[in-house]
Amino acid sequence: MSQDILVYAEFLEGKVHPVTFELIGKSRELLKNSKGLVNAVIIGFSASKYAEELIHYGADKVYVYEYVEPMPPNIIFHKNIVLDLIKEIKPKLILFGATPWGRSLAPRVAAALRTGLTADCLDLYVEDDGSIIQVRPAFTGNIIAHIKTLTLPIMSTIRYKVFKPLRKDTSRKGEVILRKVPKNKLVETYGIEVLGKVKEKEVNIADAEIIVAGGRGLKKKEDLKLLAELAELLGGVVGVSRPLVDAGWISKDHQVGFSGNIVKPKIYIACGISGAPQHLAGMKDSKIIISINIDPTAPIVRYSDLCIVGDLYEIVPKLIEEIKRSKEERRH
Amino acid sequence: MKIIVLMKPTPNIEKVKFDVKRGVVDRSSVELEINPFDLHAIEAAVRIKEQLGGTVTVISMAPPHAEPALRDAIARGVDRAILLSDKRFAGADTLATSYTLASAIKKIREFDLIICGEKSVDGDTGQVGPEVAEFLGIPHASYVVEIRNVSKENITVVSDFGNAYYLLKLKLPALISVTKEVNTPRKPKLRDLLKARRAKIEIWNAEYLRDVLDIDKIGLRGSATRVVKAFYAFERGRKGVIVKGDEGVRKLIELLKTEGVI
Repeated sequence: MSQDILVYAEFLEGKVHPVTFELIGKSRELLKNSKGLVNAVIIGFSASKYAEELIHYGADKVYVYEYVEPMPPNIIFHKNIVLDLIKEIKPKLILFGATPWGRSLAPRVAAALRTGLTADCLDLYVEDDGSIIQVRPAFTGNIIAHIKTLTLPIMSTIRYKVFKPLRKDTSRKGEVILRKVPKNKLVETYGIEVLGKVKEKEVNIADAEIIVAGGRGLKKKEDLKLLAELAELLGGVVGVSRPLVDAGWISKDHQVGFSGNIVKPKIYIACGISGAPQHLAGMKDSKIIISINIDPTAPIVRYSDLCIVGDLYEIVPKLIEEIKRSKEERRH
Repeated sequence: MKIIVLMKPTPNIEKVKFDVKRGVVDRSSVELEINPFDLHAIEAAVRIKEQLGGTVTVISMAPPHAEPALRDAIARGVDRAILLSDKRFAGADTLATSYTLASAIKKIREFDLIICGEKSVDGDTGQVGPEVAEFLGIPHASYVVEIRNVSKENITVVSDFGNAYYLLKLKLPALISVTKEVNTPRKPKLRDLLKARRAKIEIWNAEYLRDVLDIDKIGLRGSATRVVKAFYAFERGRKGVIVKGDEGVRKLIELLKTEGVI
């Protein structure tokens, strides 16, 4: 049986999602003691430009389905391409990023193949008998389950930022298989007409390395500016807990939590956030968590590396002042 | 317009107790209610019905004690409630669940639109919607944040693709999975709650679906995945330093310097 892995390279309108490189790196690690190949598939206009980069990050073979002209992504069309390729190369394991697009596409492929799919994995490992175990959270992050797939291929969507990509090696060699997708295939709608982009995300919070987040401890919408100032000084972005989105203070693009965005920044500063389970499920894997809270018994405190007990309206301005001063000192 | 809502009766995550040793939910603590995401699916369906006329049918696959969740759905404007309940359905993963739900939809035969919530609070997968769409061979859109227009032939929605929001026009019949942004669910009125108490919940077992379903593809037997072990997710050992006011500011500045942020 083939030991090969197929990584779906998420490529939506001109950008390879960074989770792709992480999946390729992890695939290399899983195949450490095996002859299996790491295959990647990338679909879209100008996709061939990125094929070499996927090889530099560890892919052996890259299947490029290149559109002859720009065309917004159609999920059924992507499904058909991935299915055809799976039938052709028969991989044992297929990995997608657990992004909104990946979590919409992978189940269609899995159901078409009548195979198992494990969602939003935090880890994958190989058991002594060679079987692959998938580790994933359930019950809003309260339970961690280890899951085995009995059917083939094994399919998983993997959370962004749980694996490290390999170091880019421009001397790495691999094979690029280029397939041009003719225009007549692109104009078919498969029941879905993609009329175009409505709007970009205000912020891609999942990518942020520093997040300054606010919760119910904030008294009014305007006070978000205080957090924005701190975030900007630190080169980060503003996050919020759900109540602030519900109140209409800020768009959902900034929401951190189970029903918003799951984030894993280097530093997460929670200001006036008590730490409801739904919020914790979205940020508890951050590298360093700092909370600023008036109540030292709030649930967030147990998840914090450092908890500053105090009023955020006193603490945050002081922080801003101190950071400015320290930046000033450095300049001299 | 014939609309089907796929609703999962789930435990309330805020109230449920976990068996920390075995890494499972303490079953004695479980009362099932409408999955919070599915409240938005029901609301979306009822609004379309109010606008265009038609019916809303809710389908759940759950044990018999999930009945109150289906009554709640009726109180919220659903016309017909079907509970797929059979010991043979138990232990199903997303593949077997989607297969069973798709089979029940085939049994209903006529439908224009299927709506579900983006995911459930217990399974967290978000896979059942797209898998049902695949089993039925119809288009789908996930993470729908806005329903722009519905006609007899099409539905136009705004869907979150991750990188940006896209406008999609799906040919009906189609399936959409909605996020919490799509609407604000109304609270059921007392009159409707009372009416729902007397409403009929149809219970369908595997035998009843025999003409549309292969018994080998349902429940644990039909599942492609197995949970080999589970743990309670203890929080990672954090340093947990608690300091007050100015001392905290100083510590944080130090930390930001050590981490090379400032």
